[in-house]
Amino acid sequence: MTILTQEQTKRICDRVLSLSKADECSVTVGGSRQGNIRFARNAVSTAGLAEDTNIAVQVAFGKRQGVATINEFDDKSLEKVVRRAEDLARLAPENPEFMPAVAKQNYRASETFSKKTAAIDPEFRAQSAAYAIEACRKNKLVAAGFFSDSTSFTSVANSNGVYGHQDETGLDFTCTVRTEDGRGSGWVKRSATDAARFDPREAADVAIEKALRSVDAKALEPGRYTVILEPAATSELLGYMLGGFDARQTDEGRSFLSKKGGASRLGDKLFDSQVNIWADPWNPDVPVLPWDTQNLIARERMDIIKDGKVNALNYSQFWAKKKGVRPTATPGNIIMAGTDKTTADLIASTKKGILVTRTWYIRMVDPQSVLLTGLTRDGTFYIENGKIKYPIKNFRFNESPVTMLNNIEEIGKPVIIGGDEVPFQMSIPPMKVRDFNFTSLSDAV
Amino acid sequence: MERRTFLNISSLAFGSMLVPVFGRAIAAEELLNPMPVAAKKILADTALNAATKAGASYCDVRIGRYLNQYVITRDLNVENVVNTESAGIGVRVVCNGAYGFAATNDMTPDGVAGAARQAVAIAKANAKLQSEPVQLAPVKGVGEVSWATPVKKDWRTVPIKEKAELLIAANKAGMESGANFMNSMLFQVNQQKYFASTDGSYIDQDLQRLWAPVTATAVDKATGKFRSRQGLSAPVGMGYEYLDGRKEDKIKAAGGVATLYTKSYDIVEDARAAGRDAKRKLTAKTVVPGKYDLMLSPEHLFLTIHESVGHPTELDRVLGYEANYAGTSFATLDKWQSKKFNYGSPLVNIVADKVTPGSLGNVGYDDEGVKCKRWDIIKDGILVNYQATRDQAHIIGEKESHGCSYADSWSNVQFQRMPNVSLQAGKKKLTPDEMVKDIKKGIYIVGDGSFSIDQQRYNFQFGGQLFYEINNGKIGQMLEDVAYQSNTQEFWNACTAICDERDWRMGGSFFDGKGQPPQISIVSHGSSTARFNGINVINTARKIG
Repeated sequence: MTILTQEQTKRICDRVLSLSKADECSVTVGGSRQGNIRFARNAVSTAGLAEDTNIAVQVAFGKRQGVATINEFDDKSLEKVVRRAEDLARLAPENPEFMPAVAKQNYRASETFSKKTAAIDPEFRAQSAAYAIEACRKNKLVAAGFFSDSTSFTSVANSNGVYGHQDETGLDFTCTVRTEDGRGSGWVKRSATDAARFDPREAADVAIEKALRSVDAKALEPGRYTVILEPAATSELLGYMLGGFDARQTDEGRSFLSKKGGASRLGDKLFDSQVNIWADPWNPDVPVLPWDTQNLIARERMDIIKDGKVNALNYSQFWAKKKGVRPTATPGNIIMAGTDKTTADLIASTKKGILVTRTWYIRMVDPQSVLLTGLTRDGTFYIENGKIKYPIKNFRFNESPVTMLNNIEEIGKPVIIGGDEVPFQMSIPPMKVRDFNFTSLSDAV
Repeated sequence: MERRTFLNISSLAFGSMLVPVFGRAIAAEELLNPMPVAAKKILADTALNAATKAGASYCDVRIGRYLNQYVITRDLNVENVVNTESAGIGVRVVCNGAYGFAATNDMTPDGVAGAARQAVAIAKANAKLQSEPVQLAPVKGVGEVSWATPVKKDWRTVPIKEKAELLIAANKAGMESGANFMNSMLFQVNQQKYFASTDGSYIDQDLQRLWAPVTATAVDKATGKFRSRQGLSAPVGMGYEYLDGRKEDKIKAAGGVATLYTKSYDIVEDARAAGRDAKRKLTAKTVVPGKYDLMLSPEHLFLTIHESVGHPTELDRVLGYEANYAGTSFATLDKWQSKKFNYGSPLVNIVADKVTPGSLGNVGYDDEGVKCKRWDIIKDGILVNYQATRDQAHIIGEKESHGCSYADSWSNVQFQRMPNVSLQAGKKKLTPDEMVKDIKKGIYIVGDGSFSIDQQRYNFQFGGQLFYEINNGKIGQMLEDVAYQSNTQEFWNACTAICDERDWRMGGSFFDGKGQPPQISIVSHGSSTARFNGINVINTARKIG
């Protein structure tokens, strides 16, 4: 029952819409099956499977809205959920910023489903963990990691004729490998829609190599360095910054994209000319639903930063109406243009610098400049004359991604990386950046 | 991919806060109808029997109904009222020495038994890779018992209109006193949790929690500068009575720079102060970086305790179970075994508990059916214990679990989570105003701000809400652009004074993340105002574009 077909959900959506007596009605039917396996200390610690389904109905009378949900699918239950939403809407306070349901949209399907991923079973998950565990046992290393997969469906419809249905699958694998004495640590992350594109051996080998190479780290003085940032070192920084590309915040003067005198930086060249960042639901590497799940507006390709210029901001329906522009669908992915250069190529062209595997515990220090702090982790190395010379101790940084994207020297080939604390799927290249600001040393391995 | 459902509270004033929403929106009237206990026992027994029959040597069942109501306001508008419910059953088993877990929202006998069999099948698959068989510390079955958060006013019975009007009144007060924009929210949680295990326990608990965050933002369009000040309330394990704002629960910060709150909170008064403070921050003096003696109020220090003592003393981190996500810990077993590790100065006494009334951690039993208690973590500056669950107790020579098991949902497996971890009050009589008199060059910090710490909990950086300079025993001007960086052991050993119990109160976190898949927990931390000498302060002002 967990995964419903398009035919089944269409019938449910049609029935809900026909039952509603409100001025407008929207319905979402969704369900998911999520499996995972977690391992640590070279053994499986937990593994599980969770299934859930639900229907949400949102109605409005004038500017009064009500939402109700239910997880039963018979006609009587559908009638119950519609009446309950209507009763709530009648009692709700008027929302002065209420926006009517969107008109009929054209959702062009994106390839978010893979049969191979949907067929993942406990054995597959155990095998994904097994390679890292066995390889680490052999090498006197300690593996900890997490594999998770999900299969889900979403159907959306409203009384203006909107209808969409799509199945999604995805998997994420992360693995941390540490030396037994705790002096070395390496890490890897892989994300995919299609399980055919995931190789647990290749992934574990990356973490193992970084762990072995990071033993006996030397301390460098904190300061400004040329850095090669692997995609996992910049993904969260970019996510924080792009989460703030909001027109209303900017126009209200409370964004790093607001300027002196009240104007916006939209159209300004705020970054290096090499920087091109966009969202595209149909990108084959990081496909996402072709609609914004909150307002049901169809997603389109959106050029967010073009040749270093701030090219587009998110406009909610309310703010778009106030400003007389088209509302936007919130992006579900972030794609940054790159080149064919590998991380090794970027290292080879570096006279003196630091290679950063990933950054961690990133928090906003000052939204005025998007100053972020965080630390390097699981593989930080000193580079001299085009070669990795030795591992170095981790640093805390205080840096703005705006400054980072201004100081780009070279860009490499993008790789897929799922969001950790930010809600984007991403395709991001490694980057060589000058004057990255490390402010203190950390003893953490 | 790690897809999670988020309620996007899009205001940048909240730091683009994404609030995880578990479950689905429901009608408010549904909140007051719990599932009958007898029906829960029948379902639990069905799962326990199915798991045992399939080969499990141990099984526990958690039937959960998680109810949340969020009231979200922006300036003078109610932006959203969201009621969510999530109900289902999670079954954890031990079979062939390995754990297995399965969860379902299909609450029929067939659905529940199916989940139990699935959990056993998963355990059997995992057992092949198992090198350390699960070893559970004994728990005596308690039979059929119940426990509920003591509340005076049940938030579920307070009309939405009353809540919305209170938040709008707060926003109005903030805007009148200097803020250009106000955001306020009310998070209300009710967890109806039923636990049953093959040890013979059937525990029914009804838990309530509440949090009312406020943010005031002031903008100077001419200079392009904007600044925010967040509210100084604490999230609590209490009912709606926390918002009564009683006179006897108000105290003055040192030098009268702010009004602070103990057992209840005056949201309108604090919002008014926040509006005024946000505006003052636009022209406050920027800090000169360097070494300062820091005087940290409990509204600030709770977060430093959380990050630098709470997390490093989680035994699962120490052992390496969190190595792939939250990290490990510098507070290794050899340091504890030495009985000489100076975590802090001799003034520093840190206690863990899940029994303090009004705290977020307060429950009768944890999610393994263990009765909750209180124990020492740091005594006279020395590391003396950790936080442990049933499967960890034997590792530190304990005969029973500390009762630290928690799952944020029926659909997630329970694991070790932080209890309340608190700094005990100083033994000598000392008020915050008296503490100021002894400081030559210092900074007084009130309220929590930006926070970041490394994966072994050595190096940290914290911001705050209000910063005041202290010069020669007197509180001076408001400061801005302040953050301090330190190392956990150096910091706690720099603790030279702690105010007495009259100043002791709790702060807390409503959204503490850990684990994979990520789970959110709630935890309180108490302290009195404390002094830390010679801490490195940086200036965080930057220019872009």
